[in-house]
Amino acid sequence: MKKFLLALLFVPLTAFASEGNIHLDKAPINLNDYGSLQRGARIFTNYCLSCHSAAAMRYSRMEDIGLSKDQIKNNLMFATDQVGNPMTISMTPDEAKLWFGAAPPDLSVEARARTPDWLYTYLRSFYRDDSRPTGWNNTVFEKVGMPHVLWSLQGVQHLKEPAEGEHGAPDFTLVHPGKMSPAEYNAMVGDLVNYLTWMAEPAKTTRLELGVVVLLFLGLFFILAYYLKKEFWKDIH
Amino acid sequence: MSTMQKLVGWIDDRFPLTSNWKTHLSEYYAPKNFNFWYFFGSLALLVLVLQIVTGIFLTMNYKPDATLAFLSVEYIMRDVEWGWLIRYMHSTGASMFFVVVYLHMFRGLMYGSYRKPRELIWIFGMFLYLALMAEAFMGYLLPWGQMSYWGAQVIISLFGAIPVVGDALSTWIRGDYVVSDATLNRFFAFHVIALPLVLVGLVAAHIIALHEVGSNNPDGIEIKKHKDPVTHIPLDGIPFHPYYTVKDIMGVVVFLMVFTAIVFFAPEMGGWFLEPDNFIPANGLKTPEHIVPLWYFTPFYAILRAVPDKFMGVVAMGAAVVIMFFLPWLDRSKVKSIRYRGNLYKTILTLFVISFIGLGYLGTQAPTAVTTNIARVLSIIYFAFFLLMPWYTKIDKTKPEPERVTG
Amino acid sequence: MSEQQVDNGKRRFLIAATTAVGGIAGVAVIAPFVMSMMPSQRAKAAGAPVEVDISKIEPGMLLAVAWQGKPVWVVNRTKTMLKDLPTNDSRLVDPKSEQEQQPPYAKNEFRSIKPEYLVVVGICTHLGCSPTYRPEMAPPDLGPKWDGGWFCPCHGSKYDLSARVYKDVPAPLNMVIPPHHYLSDTRILVGEGPKGA
Repeated sequence: MKKFLLALLFVPLTAFASEGNIHLDKAPINLNDYGSLQRGARIFTNYCLSCHSAAAMRYSRMEDIGLSKDQIKNNLMFATDQVGNPMTISMTPDEAKLWFGAAPPDLSVEARARTPDWLYTYLRSFYRDDSRPTGWNNTVFEKVGMPHVLWSLQGVQHLKEPAEGEHGAPDFTLVHPGKMSPAEYNAMVGDLVNYLTWMAEPAKTTRLELGVVVLLFLGLFFILAYYLKKEFWKDIH
Repeated sequence: MSTMQKLVGWIDDRFPLTSNWKTHLSEYYAPKNFNFWYFFGSLALLVLVLQIVTGIFLTMNYKPDATLAFLSVEYIMRDVEWGWLIRYMHSTGASMFFVVVYLHMFRGLMYGSYRKPRELIWIFGMFLYLALMAEAFMGYLLPWGQMSYWGAQVIISLFGAIPVVGDALSTWIRGDYVVSDATLNRFFAFHVIALPLVLVGLVAAHIIALHEVGSNNPDGIEIKKHKDPVTHIPLDGIPFHPYYTVKDIMGVVVFLMVFTAIVFFAPEMGGWFLEPDNFIPANGLKTPEHIVPLWYFTPFYAILRAVPDKFMGVVAMGAAVVIMFFLPWLDRSKVKSIRYRGNLYKTILTLFVISFIGLGYLGTQAPTAVTTNIARVLSIIYFAFFLLMPWYTKIDKTKPEPERVTG
Repeated sequence: MSEQQVDNGKRRFLIAATTAVGGIAGVAVIAPFVMSMMPSQRAKAAGAPVEVDISKIEPGMLLAVAWQGKPVWVVNRTKTMLKDLPTNDSRLVDPKSEQEQQPPYAKNEFRSIKPEYLVVVGICTHLGCSPTYRPEMAPPDLGPKWDGGWFCPCHGSKYDLSARVYKDVPAPLNMVIPPHHYLSDTRILVGEGPKGA
């Protein structure tokens, strides 16, 4: 029975994965925008890191996005005192299962598993649904176990049921405004997803920069190798 | 006599250094008319070395333990200095190995490189291909993501289709009732030591056999037929070193440009080399909705699915690989190279390529009634290519082969 | 003939240039592999400075903590112990701590910031064993002249209570004093020197 319920929980998600007819908004990703990444880091540590871990990610790695060790220690660390520690949480998977029905996934590489666009759309697609135990539902992740953690910022949305055969972006109405305007909320989620994307592969920026150098070098190597070959093959008739 | 010559002389008295250098490089006479398709043998060797070296360094930090494996890969990607580069080289190298090997095999197919007297080179090559498939399959379990786990689960279950002993056999392979820590640990052992040893040994046999009989060439004729009467060097042969070493260096650099472009700019290759679902840790209770093997297995996977019966499907899939071993004896044509074959063979080879690529594509897609029927047609073409070969190669109108190699 | 020689020059140049560029490529490929064997971020994080509460160490006792995985001892030396220290000088290899085995702020007769508290990496400078603390006076196995110190069980090296090595033992150097500083009167941080030092 338990297995069955668990399976049921994941059916809509996997259905998405194969069909892909869910409308996804483009996430504003810019891994060189340290301001955005730092704001995202703050939201992540404040809102996400109490239930979700990021066990592969060390706090100290945030030095890569322009933060000093002291800034990290004073503003972003709540669960531990060592800046070199990974972003773990005190909640065990068993407790989490008890409270949420399923353990909140570790978010270290979530942006690579789901794509940034999915996360960006998902975090903006919670709507009020009293039939759900949490009171929330989501158009991207139907019957999601996670409550709308950011509701006080976004406010409360209602969903207008789409007409028969209608596709495209779902029609939300904001029935109760939150602390942020819709534009501010979108920007904030954008920062958060930008951070999640960076965190999923912190070496990406280095990788892209180094790639250009390597290819230019190989280009030079090719020119030499080409003339070397040509020179030797003059012998062959 | 210089110090260097003295040293070489000292070694030569004790070890056949110079004679080996001559046999395999400076006095190995290869046909002078190798074209683009002849780069892929040396490239396959390069990728093998690359995989072994990156693999050794990955094992320094990887943990073959179901509770640690997934995070240890992320540890390599983040905490180990340059670990991300080594890991991407290895994951890209796995796919590029198959790209190179498939092109290498297709070259053999086009120019009849499997024909007498090169049957054993082809057989060793086929064993290499089998070992490589096992190596890739077992390696893919190690990151312990969802696709690793369920891919292994499905492939191992194939053995369960064998009558009588099937279930016991798949349990024995896993060492457990499901894919588990025990499976991971033994796959690690096979992947990092057993199969690499087999691969290296087979590569040696492949090359020794090649250098015994000499290389084929795009004309499919034997250069040894026309030797210089004094030196006994084939008239159309040139020393492998320096001519093909400098040519291969050029090929290697071009290959490395493609390889590094993928490593640095698109290591996931849009989900073809690293799948999004494999960034989710293995979960034995939840199968990803759309589970496919990696692209290099999908032609065979499509054949498996095209057959409605479980056991016969497995048989068909196995036969699709095994039948390639018999190629040297199936081909009855008077000529080796596609250059001198008739239109019948060219048409059938084209159909075969279309069926292989088509099956490869269908293997990546969720099956529907229509695509399953297409897969059946393509599977029939695939097998017909081999099974009808003795007939159509015999009646095919061939052109006369030239006496000496052409440009 | 002359054309042949021009060719040879060009050939030699191309070989040299390709070899050079190939060599650079080779080094550039080897470098990341070599560097991957350096301590990882995890090892570095585990090797971060360690805070030690020294208020609980009774006089004459030793507290061992791990820093970078190595044993670090904090010894609360008694007045008597400190008084005896200079009497050993003639039997020591490096009584004045001339060798760079301690940070400058610990280069003094007690090899410490505060005389009573010795902070030392407990690894013998011979072959890396961790010596045994033997604070007692003149035990039968160490002889009548022993007035406290460390004895290495591996090869018999001896150190006094400032971790200075005795003459005629295999170990060549005094044990290492790690960088450390006082956060307060009762807390020290091992792994980081005082600000400005």
